[in-house]
Amino acid sequence: MKPARFSYHVAGSLKETLDLLTELGPETRVLAGGQSLVPMMNFRLVQPAHLVDINPVVELDYVRLDDGHLTIGARTRQAALERSPDVAARAPLLVEAVRHMSFPTVRHRGTAGGSLAHADPAGELPAAVLALDGDLVVAGPEGTRTVPAMEFFRGPFETAVGSQDVLTEIRVPCWPSGTGHAFLEFARAHHGFAVIGAAALVQLDGEEVVRAAVSLCGVAGVPVRAIAAEERLVGAAPTPDALEEAAQAASSGLDPPSDVQGSGAYRRKLARVFVRRALSVAVKRAKEDRS
Amino acid sequence: MTVRIPVSMVVNGAAVAAEVEPRRSLVEFLREDLGLVGTHVGCEHGVCGTCTVLLNGETIRACLLFAVQANGAEIQTVEGLCTNGKFHPLQEAFRDKQGLQCGFCTPGMLLLALEVLRENPHPTAAEVREGIAGNLCRCTGYQFIIEAVLAAAERMPAGQPA
Repeated sequence: MKPARFSYHVAGSLKETLDLLTELGPETRVLAGGQSLVPMMNFRLVQPAHLVDINPVVELDYVRLDDGHLTIGARTRQAALERSPDVAARAPLLVEAVRHMSFPTVRHRGTAGGSLAHADPAGELPAAVLALDGDLVVAGPEGTRTVPAMEFFRGPFETAVGSQDVLTEIRVPCWPSGTGHAFLEFARAHHGFAVIGAAALVQLDGEEVVRAAVSLCGVAGVPVRAIAAEERLVGAAPTPDALEEAAQAASSGLDPPSDVQGSGAYRRKLARVFVRRALSVAVKRAKEDRS
Repeated sequence: MTVRIPVSMVVNGAAVAAEVEPRRSLVEFLREDLGLVGTHVGCEHGVCGTCTVLLNGETIRACLLFAVQANGAEIQTVEGLCTNGKFHPLQEAFRDKQGLQCGFCTPGMLLLALEVLRENPHPTAAEVREGIAGNLCRCTGYQFIIEAVLAAAERMPAGQPA
C-alpha cells in the first residue's frame, strides 16, 4: 500500500460533490483522473483524509460550442478534448497543448479540469487557457463564480479553487478564422514534463498583426502571459525581426526558477527561442488559413 | 480502523467480487487479491507504463487507479490475451521477433500494442514507435518490439480486436 489511508466517497452529481466537500471538511481532495493526485499520494506528498471521486459526474463531461465560446466540462477527459472536432476547429491551440501532455494512456483518464486545478507550473493546459483569455467556472457552497484565467492561478499548485469548491467548466472565446496558433515545448524526454512551453496565437489582416497572444509555462510559479511580446507585434508586420524582438520582450522580464531540469538563465534563453518558434509557426498557419 | 468497500468487476470475462481498502490500487488488487500476476508493477507513479491494462477497452495505468474506482468496469489483463490456451498473434510475434528480453515490460507493452493496432491496424514503424512511447523497456532498445508489432499487424485478420 503506497498512499496513506483515506476514506473514499463517490459523487454522482455536482450537487453531491459540493455537499460532500462541505460535509467532509478541508482535508478532502477531489479525485478526477488521478494522473497527478495519485502519484503525489503514492509518494505521500499529499495525504488527504478523504477523497471525493467525481469520475461518475458525467454532467461535467462535455464540449459545447455556443455564442462564440467553447465550453468544456471540467470532468472531460483530455483524450476527448484531443478528439473533439469542435475543439480542433475553434480552439486548436488546446489540442496542440493536450498532445504535449504525457501519453495517450494517461490522457484516457486525465481530465481538462484536473490539469487546471492541479496548476503545475509546467502544465501545458493552464498556459494554453491563459493565452486564450479563458474563464474558469468554480462552484462552491455560496454558488458559482467565473474567474478569468489571469486571476485563477495563484502560485505553484495553487488556484482560486478553495477547499469546498470544485472547478466545473472552462470557457474559451474562439478566435476568428485567419488566426494561427502554436504550442511548442522543450522537454528532457519525449512527452516528458516541459522544461518550458510556449503558446502563441496570431491573427493577421493582410500583412499586419491585428491581435496576438503569447503565454509560457515552466518559467515561473504560475503560467505567464507575455504582454510585452503581444504589444510589440500588434500593428506590425510579422517579419522575422519583429518575431525575434517580440520573443526577446517575452523573455527579458522573466526570472525563471533553477532546478535539476535547467537553470533560470537556461530557461530564459529557451523561452526566447520557443516563443520565436511558436510565433513563427502561428504566423505561417495564419497565412495558410487565409489562403 | 480499516474500512473495506465492496467492489465487483469483470476481469478477463469473469465476474469477480471482493472487499478492498480504498487505497488498494487496481494493480495490487489484480496481483495480490486475484492472483493475476501477469500485470507487473514498476514505478507505481504512472511513469513506466508496466502496469498497463485495459479499462472498458482503453489502456490505463493500473497503479494510478484505485480498485474501488473500477467498480462495475471491465478489465483486460495479459492473462486475457490467450484464447483456449493459444497465444494472441501479438504474443506470437513478440516471441518470433524477440520483442522481449527480461519480459518485465512485456505484459504492459502487449496491451498497449493491442490498442495501437486497434486504432491503426496497419501502422508504419514510426507510428508504432510513437504509439508505444509511453511504456519503458530497458532491454530491447524498442527496435524488436516495433518489429514484433508490425509483424503482428500483418498476421492479425482484419477486424480481429482480440
